[in-house]
Amino acid sequence: MDQQPDAARNKAAGSGAGAAIRLRGLNREYGDRPALRDVDLTVARGETMVLLGPNGSGKSTMLRILATLLRPTSGGVEVLGCALPDQSWKLRGRIGYLGHEPLLYRDLTGRENLELQARLHGIPRKEAAARIEHDLELLEMNRRADDRVTGFSAGMRQRIAICRAVIHRPELLLLDEPDSNLDPEGRELSRALIGPAEGRTRVLVSHEPERARAEADLVITLDRTGRVDPVKTDAGQSEAGAGR
Amino acid sequence: MALLGKDLRTEFRTMRSLPAMVLFAVTTFIIFRYGLDRTTLSGSLAGGVLWTTLLFAAILGINRIFVSELEEGGFDAIRLAPVDRTVLFTSKVAALFIYLAVLQLIVVPVFAVFFLSDWSSLVPLVAVLVGANLGFSVLGTLISSMAVNSRARDLLVPLLLLPLVVPLMIATTAASAGLFDAAGPDYEGFGTWLLVVGLYDGVFLLVGYAVFDFLLED
Repeated sequence: MDQQPDAARNKAAGSGAGAAIRLRGLNREYGDRPALRDVDLTVARGETMVLLGPNGSGKSTMLRILATLLRPTSGGVEVLGCALPDQSWKLRGRIGYLGHEPLLYRDLTGRENLELQARLHGIPRKEAAARIEHDLELLEMNRRADDRVTGFSAGMRQRIAICRAVIHRPELLLLDEPDSNLDPEGRELSRALIGPAEGRTRVLVSHEPERARAEADLVITLDRTGRVDPVKTDAGQSEAGAGR
Repeated sequence: MALLGKDLRTEFRTMRSLPAMVLFAVTTFIIFRYGLDRTTLSGSLAGGVLWTTLLFAAILGINRIFVSELEEGGFDAIRLAPVDRTVLFTSKVAALFIYLAVLQLIVVPVFAVFFLSDWSSLVPLVAVLVGANLGFSVLGTLISSMAVNSRARDLLVPLLLLPLVVPLMIATTAASAGLFDAAGPDYEGFGTWLLVVGLYDGVFLLVGYAVFDFLLED
């Protein structure tokens, strides 16, 4: 891997100070089948890491581990200064996760889903109402917000799911193909909530390398065996590798 | 409270569980009425008919209590939020308790019309119903959370629940047998059996509180 790191910044990230994510020898297996193997990487705070790779290469698994939804089989995982899985409870509320499933209750309205999330995150009612109104307006969903989710198109569900993922204004965004089901207008609108921003660390799973690279500080490509592919990985000013 | 409100609102809108539970219980009473060919029941037979019917009707609700969490990602949403996971346990116990209370509010009078000549036993019966509800709700929530990820959920819930609920069934039937006495309510042993029901509830509440966190792990 050809790396030309900025020495000072990489030293800080590599030592863990200022690092949003540090993985060391991460492995995850489903039964006998390995999904991730010997993954090492560091992402500094405020950076955007894009995860690329073919289907089944472990991208979503890595995202779920970072989100504390899956336990690693072995290896060290540190997210926002918390060692996982032991300190996962400290991370709750600091991560915004947008997975393949929208995590919305179909028989509640869009607004009710967001209100429920806000209450789970302990956001005061007035503030929650203001944030919900603001986010719905940004994604042009305010006119349909009081309809039940079961009647929404896939794109509309995705817009509400994006609002759900950021309602608590997380420090770290974990986004698994956030553009899926969104039309070009929806993609553009969603950038206000989940696009690059000052102090916001993002991990983005994408199947559109060119589009993703445009806003990435670090591009990691996983191969079919769940290892980091060093040839197709662009570590930029951070560090990444397999089994180092 | 937010999660309980969500469950009650969803049930009110979709009527997924309660109508089926009520219909099952009423149909079973009709079958007992004509199967036993009796217009009145008393003692432990009356208690047995009532509690067996309520137990199997409860299983219909227990089977579905976590389905929306599984199918719509509620488990992940809870695991991502800064709340204790036992909040989910508490809200599900409360939701199930309310479903069972509504069920009993409808079907116990039907039972009385079909089988009881003296309705005075219904007032003290409320204490047994509340105790049994809590037991069904706590144990049902625990078992359902264990079985929800299995494709054989509908089979697993009764298989795991029924053996564990035997002590509760014995206590509730014994507590209500005297109440349904042909000569009028007899309170001998009522307090003792009610205490057994309370102890059962307390033990499983503590077990549920202690283990529920682990049941939600991947």
